[in-house]
Amino acid sequence: MAILECKGLSKSYGPVKALDGVSFTVGSGRIVGLLGPNGSGKTTLIKLANGLLTPSSGELLINGQRPGVETKKVVSYLPERSCLPEWMSAWQLMDFYGDFYQDFDRSAAEAMLTRLSIDPRARLKHLSKGNREKVQLIMVMARKAQIYLLDEPIGGVDPAARDFILSTIISNYNPTASVVISTHLIADVERVLDDVIFISQGKVVLAAPADQLREQQGKSVDQIFREVFRC
Amino acid sequence: MEWRFDGGAPIYTQIVDAVKLAIVSGELPPGARLQGVRELALEAGVNPNTMQRALAELEREGLVYTLRTAGRYVTDDEAAIKAARRELAGGYAETFLTAMGRLGMDKSDIIKLLEQDREV
Repeated sequence: MAILECKGLSKSYGPVKALDGVSFTVGSGRIVGLLGPNGSGKTTLIKLANGLLTPSSGELLINGQRPGVETKKVVSYLPERSCLPEWMSAWQLMDFYGDFYQDFDRSAAEAMLTRLSIDPRARLKHLSKGNREKVQLIMVMARKAQIYLLDEPIGGVDPAARDFILSTIISNYNPTASVVISTHLIADVERVLDDVIFISQGKVVLAAPADQLREQQGKSVDQIFREVFRC
Repeated sequence: MEWRFDGGAPIYTQIVDAVKLAIVSGELPPGARLQGVRELALEAGVNPNTMQRALAELEREGLVYTLRTAGRYVTDDEAAIKAARRELAGGYAETFLTAMGRLGMDKSDIIKLLEQDREV
């Protein structure tokens, strides 16, 4: 069954069409790469899925429902930018997430903080930028959600932290949960993707299983991306 | 095991080849127990569905088998392992011959080279 479904989804900001008739589905248990150059509509799509924006036309459904209170219970969202209060420590954030989300697994969050040697008592503003991003990702991944929407999760961190993020995604994998990763750093993520969706100027230009693309074209997803989006 | 992936071949076929190589070379001896799908996926840094698909393919080829509750094991079937060795060797030989052909080496040159004749 489709966890996320878009049907003719469009979003305009004034005269600018950020998304233009996008249709696709994300099945359960899939790790999907939402790939496109800057300004292609990736963040708009993820914001629509979180109910932070409303469609200009068309529809986006999560478990058959429009984004709202019920869908937020099953969607774990990593925004592109930091959204957490800087005066809080990871410890306080865990209380905060535990209050907000029934599916928050505090012991999983604590284990990840320990593994990354992040002091849970330190306020976010005293952590490095990379560590702040890791704390936010840990909060998002420690939920036992049905779908994780990760907007540029690997943009601002070093290669070792990228490996940690990808292994966190794999190890939290649960056969019924899906993960959507938006990024333009394709070489780093392509090994973990089941499916890829290329979007460009608000339109889906290619959607296929990653291994099928590699097999048919004899190229890596990264190479295919560079060809599709050659400047 | 060391995992490296490259270029255009599907990841799952690259995993199949890597496990085959480990079985043929004895790194994974007959009867050895494989780790779980999730552990292997983590170790290789790949999607668990992809790892599952690769293991299913190895099972189909008779190189590994599953015991319902106890996990996955390398086959004891010497003939299957031999066949996998021949298949891998054939692949390497083809790559080698293609490269040699590109260098302008004909069959007798190649044979001389293989026999360590430096005069080629």
